[in-house]
Amino acid sequence: MRCLVAWFPDWPLVAAGIPPDVAAVVLHANRVVAATPAARAEGIREGLRRREAQARCPAVRVVEEDRGRDARAWEPAVAAVESLAPAVEVATAGELLLGTRGPSRYFGGDAALAELICRTVDEAAGQEGCRVGVGDGRFTAGLAARAGARAAQRVVVVGRGESRRWLAPQPVNCLGPGYEDLADLLVRFGIRTLGELGELPASAVLGRFGAMGDTARRLARGLDERPVVARTPPPGMSVPAELDPPLDRVEAAAFVAKSLADELLYRLEREGLAATMVAIEAQTEHGESLVRHWRHDGALTAAALAERARWQLDGWIGVERGGSPTAGITLLRLTAEEVRPDDGKQLGFWGGVAESDEQAARAFARVQGLLGPDGVVTAVLGGGRGFAEQVRLVPWGDCREPPPDTDARRRRVLRGPSAEAPPWPGRVGGPAPAVVFGSGTEAEVLGPDGLPVEVDGRGLLSSAPSSVAIAGGARRQVSGWAGPWPIEERWWDRGGRRRARLQVLLEDGGAYLLSRERGCWTVEGSYC
Amino acid sequence: MKGALEAAVAKGRPVAMAGTRRLEVHGALGGLFPAGGLQRGSVVEVGGGAAVSLSLALAAGVMPAGSSRWAAAVGFPSLGLVAAAQLGVPLDRLALVPAPGGRWAEVVAALADGVDLLLVRPPAGLRASDARRLAARARERGVVLVPVRQGASSRWPESPDLRLEAAPGEWMGLGTGHGCLRRRRIEVALSGRREPGGRPRSMEIWLPGPAGVAVVSAEAPAPEPFTPAPPEALTAVG
Repeated sequence: MRCLVAWFPDWPLVAAGIPPDVAAVVLHANRVVAATPAARAEGIREGLRRREAQARCPAVRVVEEDRGRDARAWEPAVAAVESLAPAVEVATAGELLLGTRGPSRYFGGDAALAELICRTVDEAAGQEGCRVGVGDGRFTAGLAARAGARAAQRVVVVGRGESRRWLAPQPVNCLGPGYEDLADLLVRFGIRTLGELGELPASAVLGRFGAMGDTARRLARGLDERPVVARTPPPGMSVPAELDPPLDRVEAAAFVAKSLADELLYRLEREGLAATMVAIEAQTEHGESLVRHWRHDGALTAAALAERARWQLDGWIGVERGGSPTAGITLLRLTAEEVRPDDGKQLGFWGGVAESDEQAARAFARVQGLLGPDGVVTAVLGGGRGFAEQVRLVPWGDCREPPPDTDARRRRVLRGPSAEAPPWPGRVGGPAPAVVFGSGTEAEVLGPDGLPVEVDGRGLLSSAPSSVAIAGGARRQVSGWAGPWPIEERWWDRGGRRRARLQVLLEDGGAYLLSRERGCWTVEGSYC
Repeated sequence: MKGALEAAVAKGRPVAMAGTRRLEVHGALGGLFPAGGLQRGSVVEVGGGAAVSLSLALAAGVMPAGSSRWAAAVGFPSLGLVAAAQLGVPLDRLALVPAPGGRWAEVVAALADGVDLLLVRPPAGLRASDARRLAARARERGVVLVPVRQGASSRWPESPDLRLEAAPGEWMGLGTGHGCLRRRRIEVALSGRREPGGRPRSMEIWLPGPAGVAVVSAEAPAPEPFTPAPPEALTAVG
């Protein structure tokens, strides 16, 4: 199958917006994976360590690898090519391929098509540098594009049926990623070019090098590994509605939202998808806009979506306050931000979600409509030494499980499931305080001599506390105390903390947990 | 004889009535309430030095393990959630609205539709008319509204159905320079419009008790004696 490969050398740097005359490299695992022409002129090659690259060119700029950024930047180029030819496959960010049969005939031959694609990609990328190769099969076309980069040729077209002859002088190490070990072995056997590899008998190659050797031999003979798989264009996940005349009543807008929700869910259903996060966006005549993301761990239904749109608009339009819009709503847009395959919902054996749960969920979503998604949270307890650090607040509707922690998984594998919760030396024992202050509530702790009590470097008090004033209040006598319990966290790191904690019981029955950090007493919690 | 009669009456009481009309409380507190639990649709103000712990203990009683009830706490930015978990509150069924801002009344009214117990901290300057409306809403929806009073500013402007006063009690376990806070005995006093007939108006409970939960004072265990580590015998060296 005739195939065209458009390849943009060192795409990560183009995606990062670095001009070719600046020496810069992209590193992955401390090895150079891409370099600008300026950096290459200084002798920097792929595979060098960061230190080696900096030794060759001390002024080289190092850019962090970001696959997401590369893919996002590549998307306009793919879309531009898709407007010329159908069935474009994205190999990686910076490389795309397509079958040339139809487009070549339409645009007047392989060379003309290749020129056109090259220009299109250059325009979309905003700079020149795209290389295009055409050949029988993707392997030949890819090599042709790379050969063009070496020979400073923008387009290399390998004629029909000439692939094997064209490939013959190429060295075996251009078989590509995954074949490095095999290529190394072949070179040591004295097989240096693809032509020599292709001439070996198939049974001998298969017998000695297995399936991988056989595939390599097929590639060397100009046959293809597999056919081009076309990318399916992303379905329209966004449903807008222009409102003319502008709406200023919630009911009318909610009615429109209902039909939008129906439309969006119909589109998703056609793709076999279910939305787990939907953004509802409203804009007014004066350009004010309000976007709110709604998440649901099950799938959102049309009725639920319309209800949420209504709550959101209710919270925006319905109440006169600083943030309310000054004009009617002109645009309403529903966008599915996160989708998953719609594999239905498995109800529990005894009837699934209780009615009370649904009622509660509706009430919480209603409050989220008033206050925003962070307005309603539930708490998840985790590790930590301080009482505030042990609590993680999760917005209602988000997943309460913590993100997968590879360290924890490894620990579990190493030591078994019982070792999941690590110990936290330095935690204060006994019951937890019923009120936990985040920070900023200061306290004054005085000794019997009227001087402030301090904690020295060895974790000892300068004197026994005898009176305490909380947040600038009246001084109260201490009737009992214990501590200090020093904690030194992450001392090896700049974000480390050193503090000491003290429990005090005051004469009027109040009990507090105090914490001293950087020479200052604060109230961590109150046992009330 | 009287005890047996009472037991028979308790058995014969329709289960649906008990389940729908009142919310059970922690066993330690049951004897205090006129109906043996929290009357659905009532306003129960909790105040005093141990108000937060006591309201968390109420929530833990309303939501025993495996129940399908929900609670919400509005306006507590610094609620001790570790303490809540220790007292037995299921944190996945306790929704928190830490900062309702100027929309406090709206938020409380919206939550009244979905939860069974609503812990609220009334903002300073709450109007009596708002409080009356919320109380009416709670009555209509069968929600127990628990305003928690911390200081004078967060007072419920209307007179509540019941008022629980938890005096800051006596802590055990903390010495001067040793030990740590272990358990506390508090006295809970009950007053209000629905006078408890012939029942104790106040009782002593342990909150937190030995395992973090509230227990009645009669069941209080003997305090563990403090045993200092035996001094190590000196041995001659060198």
